[in-house]
Amino acid sequence: MNKMHESNNDGADALIIAGKAFSSRLLTGTGKFGNHHTMEEALLASGTELVTVALKRVSMDGEDDDILQHLHHTHINLLPNTSGVRNAEEAIFAAHLAREALQTNWLKLEIHPDPKYLMPDPIETLKAAEKLVKDGFIVLPYIHADPVLCKRLEEVGVAAVMPLGAPIGSNMGLKTLEFLQIIIEQSNVPVIVDAGIGAPSHAAAAMEIGAHAVLVNTAIAVAGDPVRMATAFKLAVEAGRMAYLAKLGIVKAYAESSSPLTEFLN
Amino acid sequence: MFKEEFEKHDWDEVQASIYAKTAVDVERALNKSRRDLEDFKALISPAAAPYLEQMAQISHRITQKRFGKTMQLYAPLYLSNECQNICTYCGFSYDNKLRRKTLSGVEMLQEAEYLKQQGFEHVLLVTGEATKTVGVEYLRDAIRLLRPHFANISIEVQPLDEDEYRILAAEGLYAVLVYQETYHKDNYKTYHPKGKKSNFDYRLDTPDRLGAAGIHKIGLGVLIGLEDWRADNFYTALHVGYLERKFWQTRYSISFPRLRPATGLIEPKVVITDKELVQLICAWRIFNEEIELSISTRENEVFRNHVVKLGATTMSAGSKTNPGGYAVEPESLEQFEIDDSRTVAEVKQMIERSGYKAVWKDWEQFATIEKV
Repeated sequence: MNKMHESNNDGADALIIAGKAFSSRLLTGTGKFGNHHTMEEALLASGTELVTVALKRVSMDGEDDDILQHLHHTHINLLPNTSGVRNAEEAIFAAHLAREALQTNWLKLEIHPDPKYLMPDPIETLKAAEKLVKDGFIVLPYIHADPVLCKRLEEVGVAAVMPLGAPIGSNMGLKTLEFLQIIIEQSNVPVIVDAGIGAPSHAAAAMEIGAHAVLVNTAIAVAGDPVRMATAFKLAVEAGRMAYLAKLGIVKAYAESSSPLTEFLN
Repeated sequence: MFKEEFEKHDWDEVQASIYAKTAVDVERALNKSRRDLEDFKALISPAAAPYLEQMAQISHRITQKRFGKTMQLYAPLYLSNECQNICTYCGFSYDNKLRRKTLSGVEMLQEAEYLKQQGFEHVLLVTGEATKTVGVEYLRDAIRLLRPHFANISIEVQPLDEDEYRILAAEGLYAVLVYQETYHKDNYKTYHPKGKKSNFDYRLDTPDRLGAAGIHKIGLGVLIGLEDWRADNFYTALHVGYLERKFWQTRYSISFPRLRPATGLIEPKVVITDKELVQLICAWRIFNEEIELSISTRENEVFRNHVVKLGATTMSAGSKTNPGGYAVEPESLEQFEIDDSRTVAEVKQMIERSGYKAVWKDWEQFATIEKV
């Protein structure tokens, strides 16, 4: 459905999701910040244009919600998430609630019934995604780095896939690297590495292997200086992307000085 | 049921093994990335006392990583002080002379209105055990009445049957707090000589029934002051581990109520110092990185100011522990004395001064409430 438009390095290098162009490839979250002012400053410093908001944190009755007030910037688009739901049925309910409350059909679909490690449920996610795409949502599912699941989700029409690098909030980096590479190689929709990115170097590494974007929350929000850390991530994502477009050299595991096995052919 | 697991662990042996832990055991526990029950024993043992600052640093870091710089606020809403149990440490004990009161629907809404004005979205409904007046129907009606006014409703009431929990869950009940008080089975009976609460086993298996009924969150804990807090907390940790494996979709929280003076009651048999309580809180966090840790207004200002950064994730504020205490009849007798009597606004300011954000709402009912 949503074919990517991979740009070359002399044109504008936009990230395209569901036909919408973004100049930033850094998605951010809004949780875990010590106050909303710091959150706003950090998001502005990161250059992010797509920001997740946990529906469960937003007050549905009032118009002047605390979090939302700080996200009123023309370049910032909201990506409501379904954090807190335990199955497809609840996720679908939450999605409709989000569309009504936040006036957007974009949705980060996350179903993690396990509250300990917040591991996404592949079965419920696929079920919910299929229904929500039919209901007109632009669905970005948070999933394990499972290449087959990514293809199945692509087939039901999701706008991007968001495989995890490591458990949410763990800051462990790209523990699923080998599987992310398979997913990126096979995908026809943007691959956004979500969860586990704990340092700018992890973000750069994800971009270097060809991820189309990354999502970072904890590493920025919990940093000693969240605003400066947001800037660091912005630069790291840009650097990683640039390196990917420039084509990295081959990493060699051995030296190439002589050819003892094939020398006799010369 | 947990009873089978519980019976495999002899109190005296558990206690002896905690006190036998050495500095080497503590260091091993601190330097691991995943800790087991033996590590937890080391962390709550006397041998860990010299490592308190190091434990606090670790606890602070991993709590921020998981929960961010946030503190969830909630308010208790006492619905009734009627109780048929005799509990030697509780102000609502059946044999305690005080005017008994159970809130009517109108009164509940008055109290709710007050709490809403303070900003609360998470509320904990509390009662004694008086099944004729405050049975499952009363609780169902209370949740039905209050549910539209709050994002998140929990209860701390008498243990119920699984089917009864299902009825309340269908009304939108989120969490149930049920403290074992002590896991010392023999002495449990001396603290709870009369009433349904004297049935140790029924209480012990309550979390199993909660898990089976699909309640989102189960709160556990012991009353510190009854028996050796170290052994009691080992059993709590054993209980949580059992539940986490069995009910993997459920959240868990731990509380650390210290026995506080209340009218006509026993003195604590065991006293936990502030230092030891900090050790206990940090030990829990290091042992279980994802569990919610809750601190009530039983604790004093200074302690609560500092505990914000030590591993706690949830706090009550501006609490009243008497039915109608907020708006209906603020002068009535409380269940126990509140130590941190600051207003909600003052507690919020304190949290913000610590560089944390007070969170009011962290839940949304993602399902249609069944209308019976």
